[in-house]
Amino acid sequence: MRFWLVVAGFLVLVGLLAAGLQLDPREVPSPLIGKPAPAFELPLLQQPDKSFSEKDMLGTVWVMNVWASWCPPCLVEHPVVSEFARSGIAPVVGLNYKDAREDALPWLKRNGDPFQVTVFDAAGRIAIDYGVYGVPETYVIDRKGIIRYKRVGPLTPEIVQKKVRPLIEELSKRG
Amino acid sequence: MARLLSLLLLVALPFQVMGQEDPGLERRVASLAHELRCLVCQNQTLADSNAPLAQDLRNQIREQLRAGKSERDVIDFMVARYGDFVLYRPPFKATTVALWTGPFVLLALGAWLLVRRVRKRAPPPELTEAERRRAAQLLE
Repeated sequence: MRFWLVVAGFLVLVGLLAAGLQLDPREVPSPLIGKPAPAFELPLLQQPDKSFSEKDMLGTVWVMNVWASWCPPCLVEHPVVSEFARSGIAPVVGLNYKDAREDALPWLKRNGDPFQVTVFDAAGRIAIDYGVYGVPETYVIDRKGIIRYKRVGPLTPEIVQKKVRPLIEELSKRG
Repeated sequence: MARLLSLLLLVALPFQVMGQEDPGLERRVASLAHELRCLVCQNQTLADSNAPLAQDLRNQIREQLRAGKSERDVIDFMVARYGDFVLYRPPFKATTVALWTGPFVLLALGAWLLVRRVRKRAPPPELTEAERRRAAQLLE
C-alpha cells in the first residue's frame, strides 16, 4: 500500500515535469489581446516620404508581420507568410523592425515581397508598444482595430491553418 | 600590472558610462531595471542583459523617468505591453495564488506528516520488575 503511494507520487511528479517540458517559455501571454492596436504613424520602407498608420486599416481584418533582414527565423517563415498573403484571406502589413533600408530592401527583392505595405520602425519604438520581444511576430487585428491574436516566433503552415485562417474567417463574418 | 590596470578599466567602464549623466536618475533606472525581466533572455533582468531589446527598454525607462513619470508609471507601461511576466516579482492575484502560497502549503503538509509520524511511534514497553532489578544491578 505504502509502496504504491510512493510510486503514484513519483508518477504524478514525472507527469507534471513532462507537462512542464512541453510548455514553450517563449509563449508569453500577451496582455494586448482584446485591446486596441497601439497607434502609430511610420514611414514606408519603400517610400520614406509616405507614412502609414494602423488607422488606415480600420474596417478590414488584417495581419501585421514584424520582421527584420537580420533575423534568420524571419527568412524561415517568409514562404509561409508569402503563401498566406497570396491566398488573399487578409492583407499583410510588414513592420520592418530595427533594420536598415539598405539591408531590408534587397532582402525583400531576394525573397519576395508579400506585404501590402511595409512600415519602417528603425528605432523599434513602435514594436515596444506592440510588446514585440522576439522577431518574427505576427498579429491579427480586426475591423475595429482590436488585436485578436499574437504569435511570437515563426508562423508555420499548421498555425496558419489551425489558428490564423479560422480566426480571420470568423472575424470577417462578424460585421 | 598593465593587465591588472586594463582589467580595472574594464570593470570601471560601465560605471563611467552610467555616471556621465544625472547619477540619481541612473540609480532609479538601474533599480527599476533590476525589477523587470528581459523578455529575450528570460532568466535575466533588464539590468543584467545586453540584448538589444533590453538596451531599448532601459532607454525607455530612462526617458520616461526623465520626463517626470513615476516608477509605478514605468512598471505599468511595461506590464501593459509584456504582461505580468515582465515583473521579476510576480504580483499576488488569483492566477498566482498557487505560486505564492504553494511552498507554505507544502511546508505545513510536511510538518503535519512529521508530527503524525512521531506521535504514532509506539512508546517503549514498560520494564518488568525482574528487568528493573537487573538494570539496577548492572548500573551499580
